[in-house]
Amino acid sequence: KKREEEHNVRNLADKVRKTKASTEIKNNPFEVKINRKKFDILGRKTKHDVGLPGVSRSKAINKRKETLLKEYKQKNKSSKFIDRRFGEYDTKMAPEDKILQRFAMERQRVHDKKDVYNLNEEEELTHYGQSLAEMEKFNDIVNSDDESEEKGLLSAELTASHFGGGGGLLTKKTSGNQQEEEGSQRAKSRQELIEELIQKSKQEKRERQVQKEEAQELTEKLDQDWKNIQALMVKKTPKTEQANKQEEKPKLDEYDMMVRELGFEMKAQPSEKMKTPEELAREEREKLQKLEADRLRRMLGGEAGDSAQTQSHMSADDLNDGFILDKADKKTLAYQDGKWNIGDESEGDGDDEDAEEEEDGEEEDSEAEEGDGDDDDDEDEDDEGEEEGEEQEDSSGEEEDGHSDLDSEQESEDEEGKQENKETGAKPKKSLSKEEMKAQQEAAKAELPYTFTAPETFSDLKDLLHGHTPDNQRLIVARTQKCNHPSLGVGNKLKLQKLFGFLLEYIGELATRSPPELTAIDKLIPELYALCQMFPEAACKSLQSVLIDAGHSMEEILEVKGHAGFPALDMLIYLKVTALLFPTSDFRHPVTTPALLYISQALTRCPVRSLQDVTSGLVLCCLAVEYVSFSKRFVPELINFLAGTLHLAVKDKTSLGYTVVPPFRPSGKHSDLLVLSDSESCKGWSKKNLPLSATQRLDLKNDLDRDNHRLTCLSACLDLVKRCCLLYKDLTSFPHIFQPIKTLLSKHLSAQTLPEPLQEVHNEILEAISSAPVTHSPLVFERKKPIPLKLLTPKIVEVLDYGKKHGSTREEREKERLKHKYKKEFKGALREIRKDSRFLAREKLNEIMSSDAERKRKVKELLGSLATQEGEWKALKRKKKK
Amino acid sequence: MAPAKRRNVSSAKTAEQSAKTAKIDLTRKVESILKSRKHANDIFDILEFLQSDKEKDVVSAVNACSTLFCTLLERKELFVGKLPAEEEALSGGYSAEEKYRIFMRHRYHSCVEMLLEHLSSEVHGIKESALCGLMKFAAGEGQHPLEDLDWSEHYSFPRELIQALVDRLLSKTTDNSLLISRFQESLELEDVRYYVMSSIRENVGKVMDKNKGAVLPIYQNNVFALMSNISMPSQESELSNFMVKQEAKHEDWKAAKLNEHKRVFEKMWLGFLKYKLPSTMYKKVLVILHDSILPHMSKPTLMIDFLTAAYEVGGAISLLALNGLFVLIHQHNLDYPDFYKKLYNLLDPSVFHVKYRARFFHLANLFLSSSHLPVYLVAAFAKRLARLALTAPPTALLIVLPFIYNLIRRHPSCRVLIHKPSTEDEPLEDPYVMDEEDPVQCCALDSSLWEIKTLQKHYHPDVAKAALLINTPLSEQEDDLSEVLEITAYELMEKDLNKTQSKSIPLEFETATQLLKGGGGVLGQHFCLD
Repeated sequence: KKREEEHNVRNLADKVRKTKASTEIKNNPFEVKINRKKFDILGRKTKHDVGLPGVSRSKAINKRKETLLKEYKQKNKSSKFIDRRFGEYDTKMAPEDKILQRFAMERQRVHDKKDVYNLNEEEELTHYGQSLAEMEKFNDIVNSDDESEEKGLLSAELTASHFGGGGGLLTKKTSGNQQEEEGSQRAKSRQELIEELIQKSKQEKRERQVQKEEAQELTEKLDQDWKNIQALMVKKTPKTEQANKQEEKPKLDEYDMMVRELGFEMKAQPSEKMKTPEELAREEREKLQKLEADRLRRMLGGEAGDSAQTQSHMSADDLNDGFILDKADKKTLAYQDGKWNIGDESEGDGDDEDAEEEEDGEEEDSEAEEGDGDDDDDEDEDDEGEEEGEEQEDSSGEEEDGHSDLDSEQESEDEEGKQENKETGAKPKKSLSKEEMKAQQEAAKAELPYTFTAPETFSDLKDLLHGHTPDNQRLIVARTQKCNHPSLGVGNKLKLQKLFGFLLEYIGELATRSPPELTAIDKLIPELYALCQMFPEAACKSLQSVLIDAGHSMEEILEVKGHAGFPALDMLIYLKVTALLFPTSDFRHPVTTPALLYISQALTRCPVRSLQDVTSGLVLCCLAVEYVSFSKRFVPELINFLAGTLHLAVKDKTSLGYTVVPPFRPSGKHSDLLVLSDSESCKGWSKKNLPLSATQRLDLKNDLDRDNHRLTCLSACLDLVKRCCLLYKDLTSFPHIFQPIKTLLSKHLSAQTLPEPLQEVHNEILEAISSAPVTHSPLVFERKKPIPLKLLTPKIVEVLDYGKKHGSTREEREKERLKHKYKKEFKGALREIRKDSRFLAREKLNEIMSSDAERKRKVKELLGSLATQEGEWKALKRKKKK
Repeated sequence: MAPAKRRNVSSAKTAEQSAKTAKIDLTRKVESILKSRKHANDIFDILEFLQSDKEKDVVSAVNACSTLFCTLLERKELFVGKLPAEEEALSGGYSAEEKYRIFMRHRYHSCVEMLLEHLSSEVHGIKESALCGLMKFAAGEGQHPLEDLDWSEHYSFPRELIQALVDRLLSKTTDNSLLISRFQESLELEDVRYYVMSSIRENVGKVMDKNKGAVLPIYQNNVFALMSNISMPSQESELSNFMVKQEAKHEDWKAAKLNEHKRVFEKMWLGFLKYKLPSTMYKKVLVILHDSILPHMSKPTLMIDFLTAAYEVGGAISLLALNGLFVLIHQHNLDYPDFYKKLYNLLDPSVFHVKYRARFFHLANLFLSSSHLPVYLVAAFAKRLARLALTAPPTALLIVLPFIYNLIRRHPSCRVLIHKPSTEDEPLEDPYVMDEEDPVQCCALDSSLWEIKTLQKHYHPDVAKAALLINTPLSEQEDDLSEVLEITAYELMEKDLNKTQSKSIPLEFETATQLLKGGGGVLGQHFCLD
C-alpha cells in the first residue's frame, strides 16, 4: 500500500514537473543538486556542476515506459498491434508533414468517386472555408467597392449602430429624435434606424466624391498651366533670381561673411585614406562606365537623347541659368579620351586640332542644341557634306575640323565603314596633313567603347577584336580586363581566367594566319602578362594544355612516321610567350620544363629538309638559349642542332673528323642546304634580322636571295654557338661538347669562305673553345659529414602538463584512449541494464499487486453477495418460521 | 533453244542492269546445270561472266563457279586421271558419260586458269574472291583427288594448284600484302601451310635465280609478307587442323609431322635470306628473327652466317642483329670472337636516336650483365656511353645514366671512374681516347666520368637528379632499367604537366612588354616580327 502511495506521489510529481516551466524547476532548491567541486580550476569549463536528478529520473522513467514497458507487455504475444496510419513509424517526418500527408491522402480517398456522373455529392465547393451553397442562400448584402472608402470613418452613429455598445449613445440619439418619433410607433425602432443610417452614409459619400473630383480637376488644370510656363521659367527665371541674388549679396551682414569665411577656412583636413585595390578597381570601372555611358549618349544623338542631353550636358558648375559661355571658355566642357580636356587655347591651329577635334565635335553638339534640336538629325544624315563644310571652316582658322563627334561615333559602330568614310572625308581635301590623318586615327581609337563584357567563347573574343588595329586590340583587352576586375563581381575571376585562354588561342590564330599578324601579338603581350600575374594557375593550365596538345600530336606523328615536321609558327610563339610569362630558370617548373622538353624533342626529331626548317630550327635554338641563358643549364640537343646546321654549310662532306647527330645526316639529300651556290655572294651580304614568318614561307626568287638567306642563317647559328660557348664554358666536359664544332669550324668551314662579319665570330668561337681548360681533377665522392658519436646523456623530457600521459607513441595513446572509452561505456551500459531490470521488477510487482488487489476485491464481493444471499435466505426462513 | 536464247538476252543486257539480277541468273544457271546435263552448255555463260570487267559480276561468277565445281567434285562428275585433250576426247572411244566428265574437267581447268589470272587483277575485291574460290577448289580437290592414287606413298593434295596460287601471290610487280593477309586464314591449316612453304621455297629459288640475285623490292616484300604470316605450331599435338584428311597412314604424312614442318620452314627462310635483301627488308627480318623465326628452325645455327653478316653491316642493322646473335650465343653455344669489341664499336651517337634504342639497351644490359667481363672492358663501355651521353636526348639519358651506374655496381673495381681519391689535386686531361676502336687501349680506367658531372647541369630536372648520384657512393641495389627503356619524351612531358601543383606557380617578375624581348633578347637579335 505504501508502495502504491509512493507510486502515486511520483506520478503526481511527474505531472507537476510537466506543468511547471523548466526555469521554475531549476530555481527550485529541492530539485537542484549541486555537485560540489573540490578545487576551482581556472579556465576549465564545468558541465556538471548542477544536476537535476528529479528531472532526469522522470525522463528516464518515461523513456522506459515508452520502450521497455511496451516490449515487456508485448512479450509472449504473437499478435501485434500495427498502426497503419501513414508515416506513423517514420521518425524522420515532421509531424506537420505527417498530418498534411494524411490529410491529402484522406482527400484523395474521398475523391475516388463511386459514381462518375454524380458531380456534386461529396465535394462541397467552398469559398474562404464557407460552403458556397450556403452562401447562396444569404441575402445579397451590398458590399461594393464603396466599402473601402468608408474605412477609417467612424461616426458616432455608425459605431453606435454597428457595435451596439454604448447604450447611452443610442438613447441619446433616439432622445434627439424623440419628438418626431413620439407619434410614430415604436415598432420601427431597429430596422428603420439602420436603413436611415445607410442612407445617410451614402449621401455623405456622394458628397465626398464630388469634392474629390473637383480638387483633381483643379490640380490638373494647375499642372497644365505650370507646364505652359515652365519652359519660360527654366531659361528666364533663374537669371532674374541670379540677379536678385547678386543684388542681395551686398546686403549680407558682415558678421555673416566672417562666419562663412571662417567656415571655409582651411583646416587640417584628414588626408584621403589609401585606396584598396578593390576601390581603385571600382573607381576605374566607374570611370570607364561613365565614359561608356557618355559615349552611348552621344551615339544615340539627336532624336532619342535630346531631352537627356540638355540635362546631362550641364556641368557641375552650371548654375542652370541658361548662361552660355563663349567658345574659348567652352573648351573646358569637352573631353577627350575620357578625360576632361583642359586644352590650351593659345596654341595654334595645327597641333591643337589634333588634340581637340573631339572637343570640337562636342562643341558642335552643344551648338546644335542651342540653335535647333532638329539640326542634329541633319548632321547625322549628311555628315560628310558637313565635314567638308567644316573643313573649310577649319582652314579659315576656326578650331573645327572634319571630324565631328557624331561622325566618329558612327565609325565605332561599324569599323569597316570607318576607314572608307574617313578616306572619302579626307580625299577631297588634299591639304590634310599626315599628322591630321594620324590624329583621326587617334580619335577613332579614342572612340572605342569603354566597357566590354568579357567574352564567353573564343569566337566572342574574335568578334570583339576583329578588324581593329593592333593598338586598339590591346586597348580593348585592357579595358575588358579592367571592367571585369575580379574584385568587382563574383563571376569575373572565371571570366578573366577564360579570357586568358582565349587570348592565347587568339595569338595562336594570329600566328597561323598568312601573313602572320605578329605585331598584333606583340601588342597583346603586356595584357597577357598582366592576366598571367593575376591568375597564375589558369595561365599555367592553359599553357600546359597547349603544350600537351602539341607534344601529343608530335608523339603521334613520330609513332607513325618516325619523324615529324618542325613546329609551326604559332607553337614557336607559344614557346616564346611561355618564356615571357614564366621563369625559365627554375629547376623544375610546371610549364617551362615541359616547354623546354618540347623544344629539345623538336630539335632532335625533326629532320631539316628546307631553308624554312633551318629557320624554324634556329628560332628553336634561340628559344633554347633564352631558356637557359640565366640558369646556364646544358642542352645537348642545342649543341647537336647547331653543329648539324653548321654541317649543312660544309661543302666537302668527305672525311669528316666529327660525327653528326640525328636528325642530321653526314651526307644525303638535304645535307647541303646551307652551302652557298655562289661564293661571290658573300661580298654583297650584310646582316639583317630574319622575319619570323620565314619559318613558314620563304619567297626567295634567285640564287642571290637564297645565298643571302643562307648567310643570315649561318650568322645566326654562329652567334648562337658563340653564346653557347660562353654559357657552357664552366662545364667540365666543355672541350668534348664543342669538339665537333671545333673540328668543323677549323677544318671544314674555314673563315676565308665566310663574309667578314662572320669571320670575326668564327675566330671568337675557336678562341673560346681552345681557351677553355682541358684538365680536371678526377672525380671523388663528396665528403660525408662524420657520423657523430652516440651520446649517452639521458634524455630529459620536461613535463608541462600533469595528468596527461606523455612519452608514449601515438598508437599507444590511441589504445589507451579507446580502453578508457570502453570502460566508461561498459559501466554506463551496466548501469542502464540495472536500471532497466529494477524498472521491470517494479512493474512486475505493480502488476502482481494490482492483480492481488483485484482478486481480493472480487473475493470480498463474492463473499458479500454470499452473505447477503445467506442473509436473505435466513430472513426468508425466519419469515417462514413466523 | 533455251540456253542460246538466254545467252542472247544476257548479252543484250545493258551495263545498267544490276548485278543482282545477274547473280540470280547465275545461281539459276548453276542449279540448272547441276540438275540435268542438258544444260551443260550454260557453263560457258558463267565463264563469260567470270571475264567481265565489273567487280560485282566477277565476284558473283566466282561464287557460282565455286558452288558449281565443288558440287561436281563431290559428285565425282569431273574426269579423274590423266586428262585427254578435248578433241581427242571427242574422237576417242569414250562413253558419253566420260565425255561429259572430260568436258567438265576442261571447263574446270579453264575456270582455275581464269581465277589465277584474277589474282593479279587490280581490284582487290576480285583478287579476294578469286583467292577464296581457289581455296575452295583446293579443298574440294583434296577431298576428291583428280589424280589417280595408284601408289600408296602418294597422299592426295592439290599441290599444283597451291603452287600456282603461291606463284601468283608472290607477284613481282604489285604489292599483294593485303591479299596475303587475307590468305593467312588458310595458312592456319597445317597441310596448306606445309605445301605453301615448300612452294615458296621453290618459287623464291626460281625467281631469284632467274634474276641473278639482284634485289627485287616488291617481290621480296611479298615473299616476306607471306612468310611472316606463317605462324608455326610449337608442338606436334597442335597439328590437328587439316584441310585434307588422308584416309590411309595419316600419321606418316609429311604434312603431319612437326619436324618436317620445321625443316621446310628453315629451308624456306634460308632460301629467302640467301639472296641480297634491301636494307629495310633486312631490318624487318631482323626484328622478327629472334622470336618468330629462330625458335621454329630445326637447326638455328644455320642462321649464324646471316646474323654475322648483318652484324658486320653496322648501324641500325647491327643493333638488330644483336638480338638474334644473343639467342644463338645464349642458347646454341655460338662462339663469337671479338663480340664485345664489335659491340663497343657499335656505340655511336645514333644509338640514342634510333627506333630500336630500347631493344638495344635491353640487350646491351644482358650482354654486360656477366660478372666475368674484364674491368677494362666495362670501364670502356661506361666511359664511352658517358661521352656519348653528351649528345643524347633526355629520354636516352634517363636510360644511360642508370645503365652506367649498374655497370659500376656490378664491377666494383670500376668505381674509380667516379671516385679516384689517390690522385687528387693534380688536374689532368681526359686520358680516354674516344677514337680508339679497341676497348683495351682506350685508357678508360684512367679517366673519370666528367661527362656525368657535366650532366648535373642538364636542363631536365630528372636527368640532373640522376646525374647527381655520382656525388655519393652508389647504392647497392641495381636500378631497374625496364621502367625507363620505353619512356618517350611525351611521357616525360606529361609527368611535369600532370603534376598537381599544390603550391602557387612561380611567375616571371620581369614585366613582359614585347614579344621579342626578355630572356637576353636572343630571339630579338636574329629575328624581327616581319
